[in-house]
Amino acid sequence: MARKHAAAIENSATDAHAEWRRNYERQLPNDKAITNRSGITIKPLYEPQDWSDASYMSDLGYPGQPPMTRGIYATMHRGRTWSQRQLIGLGTPQDYNQRLQRLIAAGTNAISLIPCNSVYRGFDIDEVDPLLVGTCGTTVNTIEDMDVCFRDIDIGRISTAMNDPLPFTLLALLLGVAKRRGIPWDRITGTSNQSDYISHFVANHMFFRLALPASRRVLVDHIAFCNERVPNWNPLSVVGQHMQQAGASPAQAMAFTLSTAIQYAEDCIDRGMDPEFFLPRFTFFFDISISFFEEIAKFRAGRRLWQKLVRQRFGVEDPKAWRFKFHAQTSGVDLTRQQPLNNIARVTAQAMAGIFGGLQSLHTDAYDEVLSTPAEAAAQIAVSTQNILRDEAHLTDVIDPLAGSYYLETLTNQMEDKIESLISRIDAAGGMYKAVEQGMVQTLIGESAREFANRVETGEQIVVGVNAYRIDEDGSTRQPLERPEPRRIQEQIDRLRLFKSERDRRQVQSALDQLAAAANDTNVNIFGAVVDAAGAGATHGEIVACLRREMGSGEPLIAI
Amino acid sequence: MNHPQEPTARPIKILITKIGLDGHDRGSRVVAAHLRDAGMEVVYTPPWQEINAVVKLALEEDVDVIGLSCLATDHLLVPKLMQALRDQGLAHIKVVVGGIVPDEDEALLLDAGVSRVFHPGSSLDDITQTITDLAGPAAVPDEDR
Repeated sequence: MARKHAAAIENSATDAHAEWRRNYERQLPNDKAITNRSGITIKPLYEPQDWSDASYMSDLGYPGQPPMTRGIYATMHRGRTWSQRQLIGLGTPQDYNQRLQRLIAAGTNAISLIPCNSVYRGFDIDEVDPLLVGTCGTTVNTIEDMDVCFRDIDIGRISTAMNDPLPFTLLALLLGVAKRRGIPWDRITGTSNQSDYISHFVANHMFFRLALPASRRVLVDHIAFCNERVPNWNPLSVVGQHMQQAGASPAQAMAFTLSTAIQYAEDCIDRGMDPEFFLPRFTFFFDISISFFEEIAKFRAGRRLWQKLVRQRFGVEDPKAWRFKFHAQTSGVDLTRQQPLNNIARVTAQAMAGIFGGLQSLHTDAYDEVLSTPAEAAAQIAVSTQNILRDEAHLTDVIDPLAGSYYLETLTNQMEDKIESLISRIDAAGGMYKAVEQGMVQTLIGESAREFANRVETGEQIVVGVNAYRIDEDGSTRQPLERPEPRRIQEQIDRLRLFKSERDRRQVQSALDQLAAAANDTNVNIFGAVVDAAGAGATHGEIVACLRREMGSGEPLIAI
Repeated sequence: MNHPQEPTARPIKILITKIGLDGHDRGSRVVAAHLRDAGMEVVYTPPWQEINAVVKLALEEDVDVIGLSCLATDHLLVPKLMQALRDQGLAHIKVVVGGIVPDEDEALLLDAGVSRVFHPGSSLDDITQTITDLAGPAAVPDEDR
């Protein structure tokens, strides 16, 4: 009886499907094919035959359990939401400290430090045009500067994410400050953001400082040093964000990031390090574009794949190493200068995708990012957006709330297939290091960027206010520019010169000589020598210059 | 979508580059590839070029136009580049800037002699057409050159 009933339902389902299909085609004879940014064709409707819960345990399982699709912790956002880690960095160390004090008073304990572009390029502020100093980030060059950045702040109690490309001078300066203040290094927590030199070589050239082989060695030294001496610090953040901002599709960005993580893990293993020990400290950083479901599927697929890769390739069975911990930032590329307040809506949709994707840490862009370096009031709206989504919209009440959606599960599977096939291409090229050395990844990202630009140009991809829904604007996107006063920048340059003249020159020279020697001796940990030099009073610029001289300067490989 | 030029004229030659400290180059690469496909001769450099290096390259390559991509306040250096071009007798080279340029600073650039500032959302066709119009007459042999 029951079987007969089930068969009847099945028949009626087939009939209903056929009827729907007929109606759909009749009512929408000119239905346009839709392809997402990763090149997957999107159907108008997903049904049980696309995804059924038959493979629930193997495809999804439970949060905190393999295959980790539903999240890396048992409690996920219900237990602890995410770190609201906004980028902060403007002006002098004093300016930074003031803004930080306000944020900490407001309850923040996860902070970031974004240095000035001159720092990114490996220079001290007296080596570049003063017009460009402090306009995009904080001017941190010396141990004194770092001390001022964290004045009246207990650095043993906050978690600091530093945009600190190798050779990691900012962490070295922070460790110097900790030593001065008598704070043991095992209490220093946070992440070396921008430690992924491959992403810099490929996509964010500004952070690329040392030649490729030198970068490879310095990163492994850094991971080894931190694992041993700063055990609660995350020495590596593998970055998909740069590649996606540079034009990679979401599937490409995820694949290239996973291939990069595999490369770094192999490099550490080659150095004799134990993956059970270092893998749990690997973290990731991704872009969240406005392609809503595609982004959610990207994160779920990536999380599932990382768990699989760690077990298959490295035989690691410690569940801590399977956790795909990631920070995500809403995509600046999607924001428009036209009708800029619309960007608040875009950031909201992007943030929702990241939250549904199960992120651990989130930065929401300020709506004015496309106009200038964000103003504090705009940055506040970005923080409020997160608070609204969490506390008013209740997005965090249920773990992985979109699981079981025929569409999302199918898309997650398709994204996973796409990502896996891209990883196979990288494997075939000899791994990520070789693939970027040959320019293969750069070419693929460049092609993808052009394809997207053409979609916007032809109107296939609507961008509100840009190629559709334009309104007459008076062009009054004007807003007060928050730039440091030239007088204060000059004072900062004077302070740097004073610091240089007052320090123990012999001690600095000796530390820089040790650093140069370490660069030429693979038995010595270079990052250890960087930490010693920073503590001895060497500046950021001097440390980078020494290593560039000894190991070769980094030049990106640019494919047009 | 592209605007191929008249076959009789010599192709417009444009230098696409970045000065200052920023290294983000998605925009400059997309624009460079588009202009090349539209028939222009594109000279492309890595980021972080010194102003003197840009002037020297513009002279050696005999370009009609310089396109600068500025995303992180590097546009503040553009007036210095304009002055350096004038000092070298290269005032005839047209300069366009694309990227993140706050309105307050756009006037600064135009006053310094920049022909056009392209903001985010500019269409590739508009960029191509503007550069073609700017360089068009200069592309014809000229005694002053």
